Amino acid sequence: MRSERAAWTFVAPALVVLGVFLVLPVCAALLLSFTDFDIYALANLDNLRFIGLANYVDVLRTPLFWKVLANTVWFVVLALPLSLALSLGAALLLNSPLARFKGLHRTALFAPVVTTVVAVAIIWRYLFHTRYGLINYALSHLGIGPIDWLGDPHWAMPALVLFAVWKNFGYNMIILLAGLQAIPQDLYEAARIDGASAWRRFWHITLPGLRPVLLLVAVITIAGYFQLFAEPYVMTRGDPLQSTVSVLYLMYEEGFKWWNLGRACAIAFLLFALILVITRVLLRFARAKDERA
Amino acid sequence: MNSRMTKWIVNGLLVTGSVVTLLPLAWMLSASFMQPGEASHAPPPLLPAHATLANYRELFLRAGMGRYLLNSFLVAGTITLASLAFNLSAGYAFAKLRFAGRERLFQLVLAALLVPLQVAMMPLFLLMKWLHLVNSYGGVIVPALATALGIYLVRQYVRSIPDELIEAARIDGAGEWTIFLRIVLPLLKPMSVTLAVLTFLASWNDFMWPLIVLSDQAWQTAPVALAGLSREHVQDNELMMAGSVVTILPVLLLFLLLQRQYLQGLLLGSVKG
Repeated sequence: MRSERAAWTFVAPALVVLGVFLVLPVCAALLLSFTDFDIYALANLDNLRFIGLANYVDVLRTPLFWKVLANTVWFVVLALPLSLALSLGAALLLNSPLARFKGLHRTALFAPVVTTVVAVAIIWRYLFHTRYGLINYALSHLGIGPIDWLGDPHWAMPALVLFAVWKNFGYNMIILLAGLQAIPQDLYEAARIDGASAWRRFWHITLPGLRPVLLLVAVITIAGYFQLFAEPYVMTRGDPLQSTVSVLYLMYEEGFKWWNLGRACAIAFLLFALILVITRVLLRFARAKDERA
Repeated sequence: MNSRMTKWIVNGLLVTGSVVTLLPLAWMLSASFMQPGEASHAPPPLLPAHATLANYRELFLRAGMGRYLLNSFLVAGTITLASLAFNLSAGYAFAKLRFAGRERLFQLVLAALLVPLQVAMMPLFLLMKWLHLVNSYGGVIVPALATALGIYLVRQYVRSIPDELIEAARIDGAGEWTIFLRIVLPLLKPMSVTLAVLTFLASWNDFMWPLIVLSDQAWQTAPVALAGLSREHVQDNELMMAGSVVTILPVLLLFLLLQRQYLQGLLLGSVKG
């Protein structure tokens, strides 16, 4: 088969790259998570031992793991509704027939998404400065005393949330905007003729029409926010009192600071099992609701 | 509520939203021209009293930012061009060419879309060490040469090209690569631009993997070097703002230039979930 051989010359390069640099490492990571691969094994592979599930048991017994898991979940719980509400609001405004300069506003609201997270994290670190930051300066006009955003364990994570939402809401806004534009206009026309108020039109036409898109956006956002890393790395280094260490941050430190690669792999698999379970449950929940409706 | 008032509210909210969103970026630009130490005053100054380029001079002459930006350009540029070649040819073959196991392999590519890259990072580092690619451009470039998302997007796009076009060329005796390069590739131009701008922005902004594989400063990309600098120069606000400006500017300009293509790609890519 001459054409079959030709076809392989098209796919082989890409498949080799994906196979060697993605599939192989993922499989190796699973194996590695069952070993005590550490700095001694890095020097000499004779020091490598198979230890079964010991890494997983160990990690699950470490209080720090539960703390960083709680930190990460807290971050997602705060950031997800805020991001969804803000992006839905922005999309509704941009979709309004009354809005002017739509292209300009869309670009402005989307701009943070394309910026480099490290660079904008540096800006926000100064915006959050207790004495010189613009945020406390603005709050002082509302009569709110200075908040030690990045130095107070109670405020550090909410500060990262504000930053992350600012950085990401434009992405969801674009997807929701496309979803809004796909809702047939005659539905609104019919509702208007029937005398339905703006609020009722939103509740009975917009939201149901947007449901699949909202679900998609929620799943993407949850998966993305669980991978919190660069924000605490630049803004807080996990401080104060380890209140902003995320699961990926812990994985990075275990793996590439202490060179416990086996443990780091176990942490990675635990995190991604969690993401998978949460997004699957969410999808199943939505589907079950669809069937009942 | 009358429609005139609604119009004021809608546009007022939009203007407020846009201004608040852009404020951090505007302040970054403004502070980057301030004298060293000027930004550290209460209340924080919004504009520099005497604009200066001193921070940029310091950044390029002493902190070596030029080198890091060059690293970023070389890495992101190479990844963009090379992955375009890999993804376009593979995506085309998955859409139009017949070979054994095509559907099963494509299912695998789709499955790869769901795999978070961080899981692969520990073994990937060992692999790179073994290949002597740690602390080299290759360490960042090679794993990014092909992406599941790129292959998927190209395949979806190519499926809209009619088979007759390709069949006609085949009957004329053209080889498969000639057909691809002469007939298919020109039709893929819009898709290629979209894919290129998505890839360039993603590789320029990428942080975690370059941080891991480029510990030697000489090879570091701009974001990795900037993160290092910001840990050393915690007090030098104005210098760090200049660093942020030069790191963000290339991607922001590219986005403004190719906004339509970028947003199109973003929407296509989001459907994968």
